[in-house]
Amino acid sequence: MPSRDEIFEKVRETLCDALGVDDDEVKESSTLFGDLGAESIDILDILFRLEKAFGIKIPRSELLPENVTAADPNFVANGVLTPAGVAELKAKMPHADIDSFAKDPKVEKLTDLLTVKMIVNFLESKLS
Amino acid sequence: MRWMWVDRFVEFESGKRAVSIKNVSLAEEHLHDHFPGFPVMPHSLILEGLAQTGGILLGESHQFSKVVVLAKVPRMTFHSYVTPGETLTYRTTLEEANAEGGMVSATAKVGDRLVAEGEILFAHVNSEQSGSVRVDQKSFVFELLRGILDVGKTGDPTLPVA
Repeated sequence: MPSRDEIFEKVRETLCDALGVDDDEVKESSTLFGDLGAESIDILDILFRLEKAFGIKIPRSELLPENVTAADPNFVANGVLTPAGVAELKAKMPHADIDSFAKDPKVEKLTDLLTVKMIVNFLESKLS
Repeated sequence: MRWMWVDRFVEFESGKRAVSIKNVSLAEEHLHDHFPGFPVMPHSLILEGLAQTGGILLGESHQFSKVVVLAKVPRMTFHSYVTPGETLTYRTTLEEANAEGGMVSATAKVGDRLVAEGEILFAHVNSEQSGSVRVDQKSFVFELLRGILDVGKTGDPTLPVA
């Protein structure tokens, strides 16, 4: 099993290829959409490259589940996630830093959950 | 003018790879504007030919049951230009594919000379996503490329008429 550093290096390489960013721009804390300028179509590109780099199948629903908060009207109230919504998010995205997000759980900040660290966490548990 | 930027498929291995050719002719009007006195095949149209070759490779892999659209060109490098009288060979290999789309690697060559190389990402979209007009890609492909998919047979006088 590769070490966390080895996983990070491959993820960094993948993101450089898929998003055209420089090595030093990719940090564990970088957000995909905010810091690295990804667009929605880049996600498919990133998934394909990660699958190739690590030789595994990665269902999008495991790494990046879509529309988690839209599944139930009780998950969101006035643009903010309810405790039930946060709990659902935690269940669906165990690799993301939900605890930090939960301090100010605005829907508009959901994309900030998609960080390099989340991908590395996901791969680390997937490969172990 | 029909938006067809390949003339013929010459090799086709379902779900794996497709090879097509494009003959560049001075009769093509766009070459007279690109550029006056110096006609060269526009790189954007070479990319289109590669995308048509790779897109049909992906579409055929699921019997054209999904609408395939060019989503992204992560990387494409052009090494030389192509002039009238030359034949481009487009080689595409399906690297990855799933329910959401696919990725091909691609090269364009004239003989042994490398003209372009890169990757093309395709996405599958449903009819709502593809705009107000319903896209019937299957008939598009079959109408416009009828016979072309019969690899190597189109216009080949040595083969019997089907």
